[in-house]
Amino acid sequence: MNPAAPLKFVSSNRRVREDRRFVAGQGRYVADIALEGLLHVAVVPSPHPAARIVSINAAEAMKMPGVHYVLTGEELAKATEPLMNGLDTPNVRRYPLAVGQARYAGEWVVAVVAETRAQAEDAAEKVRIEYEQLAYVIDSEDAFDPKSPPVHAGHGSNVLLDKTFVWGEVEKHFAESERHLSFRVVWGRNSTVPIETFGVAAKWDPWREMLDVWASIQMPKYPDQIARALRIPLNNVRVHFDVDVGGSYGVKRGIKQTVLVSHLARVLGRPVRLIEDRLDNMRAGDAHGPDRIFDVEIAFNDDGIVNSMKMRALDNVGAYAGRSPFQLGKPIGAIVGPYKIKSVQYRAISVTSNKAAQEAVRGFGQSPTNYAIETAIDKVAVALGLDRIEVRRRNFIRSDEFPYLIPSGTRYDSGDYHTVVAKVRAHADYEGLIRERDTLRAAGQCAGIGIAACLEPSGGNSSFEPLLNEKNTTTTWMDSCRIVVDGLGFVTATIHTTSSGQGHETLVATVIGEVLEIDPDLIRIVRPDSLNSLPSNTPVGSRMAIMLGGAAFHAAQKLKAKIIKLAAHQFGCAEQEVIYAGGAVSHGASGKKLAWAEHVNIAHRNFHLLPEGMEPGLETTHVMQVPTGTKLPENGRVQMYPCHSFEFHLVLIVFDPVIGKPEIRRYVIGHDCGTVINPHIVKGMTLGGIAHGIGASLLEEFVYDSEGQMLTQSFMDYLLPSSHEVPKVEIVHHCTPSPFTVFGQKGSGESGYLGSPAAISSAINDAVAPFGISLAKLPIRIAAISDAIAAAREAKAKVKA
Amino acid sequence: MKVTLKVNGRLRTADVEPRKTLLDTLREDFLLTGSHAGCEHGVCGACTVLIDGEPSRACLMFAVQADGYEITTIEGLAPAPGELSVVQDAFCETHGLQCGYCTPGMILSAHALLEHNDAPTREDIVEAISGNICRCTGYGQIVEAVEFAAERLRKTNAPRNVTGGSDDEPSIDPAAEAGAREGGVLEAAATRQGGRQ
Repeated sequence: MNPAAPLKFVSSNRRVREDRRFVAGQGRYVADIALEGLLHVAVVPSPHPAARIVSINAAEAMKMPGVHYVLTGEELAKATEPLMNGLDTPNVRRYPLAVGQARYAGEWVVAVVAETRAQAEDAAEKVRIEYEQLAYVIDSEDAFDPKSPPVHAGHGSNVLLDKTFVWGEVEKHFAESERHLSFRVVWGRNSTVPIETFGVAAKWDPWREMLDVWASIQMPKYPDQIARALRIPLNNVRVHFDVDVGGSYGVKRGIKQTVLVSHLARVLGRPVRLIEDRLDNMRAGDAHGPDRIFDVEIAFNDDGIVNSMKMRALDNVGAYAGRSPFQLGKPIGAIVGPYKIKSVQYRAISVTSNKAAQEAVRGFGQSPTNYAIETAIDKVAVALGLDRIEVRRRNFIRSDEFPYLIPSGTRYDSGDYHTVVAKVRAHADYEGLIRERDTLRAAGQCAGIGIAACLEPSGGNSSFEPLLNEKNTTTTWMDSCRIVVDGLGFVTATIHTTSSGQGHETLVATVIGEVLEIDPDLIRIVRPDSLNSLPSNTPVGSRMAIMLGGAAFHAAQKLKAKIIKLAAHQFGCAEQEVIYAGGAVSHGASGKKLAWAEHVNIAHRNFHLLPEGMEPGLETTHVMQVPTGTKLPENGRVQMYPCHSFEFHLVLIVFDPVIGKPEIRRYVIGHDCGTVINPHIVKGMTLGGIAHGIGASLLEEFVYDSEGQMLTQSFMDYLLPSSHEVPKVEIVHHCTPSPFTVFGQKGSGESGYLGSPAAISSAINDAVAPFGISLAKLPIRIAAISDAIAAAREAKAKVKA
Repeated sequence: MKVTLKVNGRLRTADVEPRKTLLDTLREDFLLTGSHAGCEHGVCGACTVLIDGEPSRACLMFAVQADGYEITTIEGLAPAPGELSVVQDAFCETHGLQCGYCTPGMILSAHALLEHNDAPTREDIVEAISGNICRCTGYGQIVEAVEFAAERLRKTNAPRNVTGGSDDEPSIDPAAEAGAREGGVLEAAATRQGGRQ
């Protein structure tokens, strides 16, 4: 399309088409799917963090009303393959139910199937399991210690990954730098915790040899993993993508749940479903997020220029591996943030422990890493007595330096960080904000300004896989779209994955409408099942605007090209001589014109009028490759995601020094994600991401006690931000188009979340700085603030005395 | 045991265990799946329904306790198939949702607020929806939706002229042209009477 032409539908404030069914309560979630003869599963959890399963007695449970089956891990393991590991760690075996040994408190040991969930739960209470307790390890540093009891004896230790990358002349830069500082920060274990738990229903048809699966899923290669685990051909698995997913933000990857119910459906010849209750989900849904300790050393000059960084990231993935160690890999693609740090040493350590298994969480490890980087920049400024925004400005990559190659091998596409920051400064009246902070302080309040600048790598490829696992040679992470114009001229396009609130139907309709110059509201968007789908990789890595939007764009371009060719053939002229406008094609010289209906009629009914070699009908497909990241890593360097959105947070937080309850008085974010396709959707992502970051930084944590028991199992103690905790957020927009995408769009699915924990930590640390203390662990709970201040005051009083 | 419940103005009967929650009964026995299970311990609000107009947790109430009350679920809000209420439409206008899972409960809470307060402050709105957890939106566009719905409801319901004249005297729309009264048109007295009760 003509790049100079103004966009008609893209970037306009059109309604999100998905919303209509949801506001009417007409979403179709997995728990809403009615299957004839459906059976229900309840699970029996392990009460111990590590225990050998001595015996299981299900006799009494089997006698309970409505019970059909009691499944043990032993039986399931015989019939299935272990679930997929991302790293080459074959002895870290994971099955849906514990096999021989339970590895965390809450792990599912036995599954009970009954006519109703209530009956299954009743019977689950009657299952008698004898355990022999084993040594366990909870703490991350303890787990890294070679003397710790290995969670998987066959693996020999708790270390899944310990890899050190050196990008550039780190030691030289450290030696040359005038100043160094080092610190530790800790990102507590939290997650996205969608309001809909994970759920899955499966049905096996022995006559057709077909496994039908409906699930609340957001998982790349989900059907492949089901088929592999069940040892059945992939074309015997049909995953239904037309299931609405009640929130995911990364974690809805219920492969263990799916293999469990699929196996049961095959054994019992009846459809089976498992909808986690909140306790199942919190304790053993295997959906916790990163749990990470950062040790950072920074080398910098007196003027605040940061030359080099050494980072050690120790991540505790819990009892099983899956893909979670890769969450240490994705941040390599933005390891220097928006800064011109010349060299980096990065040691990534992933350990197992007797906690629940970790899963992908919004940003795939980037938000914790951004928190560590931003803490470093704040500390540099404080050490030098410089303004924290000014230090960032001095280190930012300049807008004329893009595409910019960072030491770890990724080329950033575009950005204008200085301008975004200037706009936010002006909008928020930064100097006024400082005065307000100081006035509050003078009145006896704790007040602090939080600052964070960071990137959102977007357009997810999976380059971190071959980077961390040499046996993995993946260099494509495609997404696809098909467009069909039917015999009456109506347009239908396809999405080959589920969505969990990202508005993909709106995205695809908008893009196709833009290219074909037809009303997006007239375009039907459908989701075929997995057997009718083109290759796709689901909405991970902030990729869909770029990848699904890109696939829809190219499919529409192909369709337009076909129409132009068809019309030019009717006119007897060259394709270059005709003009496509609003679905019609005209030939200027002769004045001939063919309307949309006429193309449709010829394509569908008049083979004799088609150009030679043209297939009848009007249908096109496009399988889209990620615009970058097409090569395997070399020397520990790789091109990760193609696009890099930028966000800059400026926050004012105030609290009473005795009570310590933070109030976010002002929250301003500058956001640049290139060309916005739907402003409502991007705004929602950003505001929702900030709220999620507020939870991660102030409220939410899966806390384990020293006995290995999880203490925060319900919403009474794992606290999600309500409307009271989330302030009104002001968004300052900027648009630096990406040169790598069709409209200049970048990703925004993780926006807000990637910088808000850093910004809030920054504000609270600024607020407590007058006491000479800092808070270096997220979440910063109210009690942590008031206790730290009280301790500092007490210490000061002692000194005086 | 047998229970007869009045849901969305219609009497429905089901045979339920006494321990069955109202939420499970609505979903499983009456196939009203717009009410959702989120936490099932009364925190998240995804199961919110209106009991005699007041937002209530359907997960914390047994079906047998709901006998005799007017129960409204999200399915009872749309005026006709394919047609949205003002509040529902406002949520679409501002995109006050993403995945839609908390949305039915959120809309019912907003609906209940606007039933008794058509000029809520931001604080009123924040308070009214604070029992409904949304993980997607960060609440910003939800608050905007409720503000927008309130504005539209006020405009729809407001008498166009509330100044002057006795109650017996017809009020004239200020926008009316001179001489309209003599022409016998544009009387708003009925509206004023409505507002007087």
